[in-house]
Amino acid sequence: MRRVVVTGLGVVGPLGTGVEATWQALLEGRSGAGPITRFDTEGFGVRIAAEASDFDPGAFMDAREIRRSDRFCQLAVAAAQLAVDDAGWNGSVPFDRDRVGVVVGSGVGGLETMEQQHDVLRDRGPSKVSPFVIPLLMINGAPGAIAMRLGLTGPNYAPVSACATGAHSLGEAARMVRDGSADAVLAGGAESAITPLSIAAFSAMGALSRRNDEPAAASRPFDSDRDGFVMAEGAGVLVLESYEAAERRGANILAELAGYGASCDAFHLTQPDPNGTGAVAAMKMALEDAKLNPGDVGYVNAHGTSTPFNDRVETSAIKAVFAEAPPVSSTKSSTGHLLAAAGAVEAAFSVMALRTQTLPPTINYSTPDADCDLDYVPNTPRSSRVDAVISNSFGFGGHNACLAFRAVP
Amino acid sequence: MEQEVMVKLTELLAQFQVEPGQVSGDATFEALGLDSLDVVELSVKIEDAYGIDIEESDLKDVQTVGDAVRVVVGKAGARA
Repeated sequence: MRRVVVTGLGVVGPLGTGVEATWQALLEGRSGAGPITRFDTEGFGVRIAAEASDFDPGAFMDAREIRRSDRFCQLAVAAAQLAVDDAGWNGSVPFDRDRVGVVVGSGVGGLETMEQQHDVLRDRGPSKVSPFVIPLLMINGAPGAIAMRLGLTGPNYAPVSACATGAHSLGEAARMVRDGSADAVLAGGAESAITPLSIAAFSAMGALSRRNDEPAAASRPFDSDRDGFVMAEGAGVLVLESYEAAERRGANILAELAGYGASCDAFHLTQPDPNGTGAVAAMKMALEDAKLNPGDVGYVNAHGTSTPFNDRVETSAIKAVFAEAPPVSSTKSSTGHLLAAAGAVEAAFSVMALRTQTLPPTINYSTPDADCDLDYVPNTPRSSRVDAVISNSFGFGGHNACLAFRAVP
Repeated sequence: MEQEVMVKLTELLAQFQVEPGQVSGDATFEALGLDSLDVVELSVKIEDAYGIDIEESDLKDVQTVGDAVRVVVGKAGARA
């Protein structure tokens, strides 16, 4: 079995474009949340989100490509381009193209296109519906567009597991590299679901924070006053390569994706199993896969959505896995919840934690919750020796995925 | 009217990243970089501009800008 390494990080989101800018913003304790500008929120109970406001698709795609892609897909293509640039591919593909895959998913794909074109159907009739609706809304449009742009003809598909998508994509892609069915895979997730229907629907579930007057303070994972997550948009794509291939081409190896665990609660479509059994299983499986002992892990990048339920259950699950829990933080406190992109963006943060030996903080942490009693790296980053990191992602549907990263000497 | 329609189509084609200098009666949509989906999208824009209905069957033999102009003149002219 081959070892899998990360050679490139591509991140686009509410804290900026590029992993360096985003990481810097995290360490400075900035929040990407603000009033929603993508549509008129008059009459909406939730009027805040974390928009990728400085994202310029024109920096990555020509006008024709932009016209033919939904925003989620534009974000995915941008993240993929940033990732291969970071990996030093220098505008070419340093592998046999048939051996390079793309595994990039999304939760809801081109929802914005779907909503807008449904208005067209209702108001103007079927003959006025754009012929581009299907390619724009389909979730697999993102990996398809990435492959077309970069000329990658290896295995290509889009996993879908709601908020666990990004982590599942990376885990499944790592297995492809590990078992030899690909030499390199671009893997991650993308989401752009700050739309009227999405905000109304998540709001109807009671999943979103209603702290409309204090958007920057709204995402407060593990804090006693948390009241839901802040919807975010963006994309994360990582370049995974086999260790041997990366070494051979002289790549800058950032970390090893050493383990992957996945499970399902089989309990409820939107609530986590209060016993945390599935989350525990995923974490244990990732550690076992990576041949890591719990004591080897120096940092847990939590799913940490800022919903009352998730943060409580995740805390108890971490305690069940670790006799002595390492520091845990939720970068969603800064980025908001990137849904399908979250696992991939947070994987990039996990790699950055290893690279810089710095733990990103959980911001907005002010009032401890008796049920959340771990070290959450509150409000300021921390220098700390980290040899291994795990990153949790849990999705509606009961999906759990955990990735384990290890420093490569 | 043909001249007027040609001017309008040139305007609409700009939305498909086609430079005005590229547009002529003989220019095929394929040469201008439009695929079949783009042509359908363009036809919807033409319908809106002229208040006419263009059926799928009308597009069957439309290969060039000139073909499209003839379809529009036929329909808009009949309506006028």
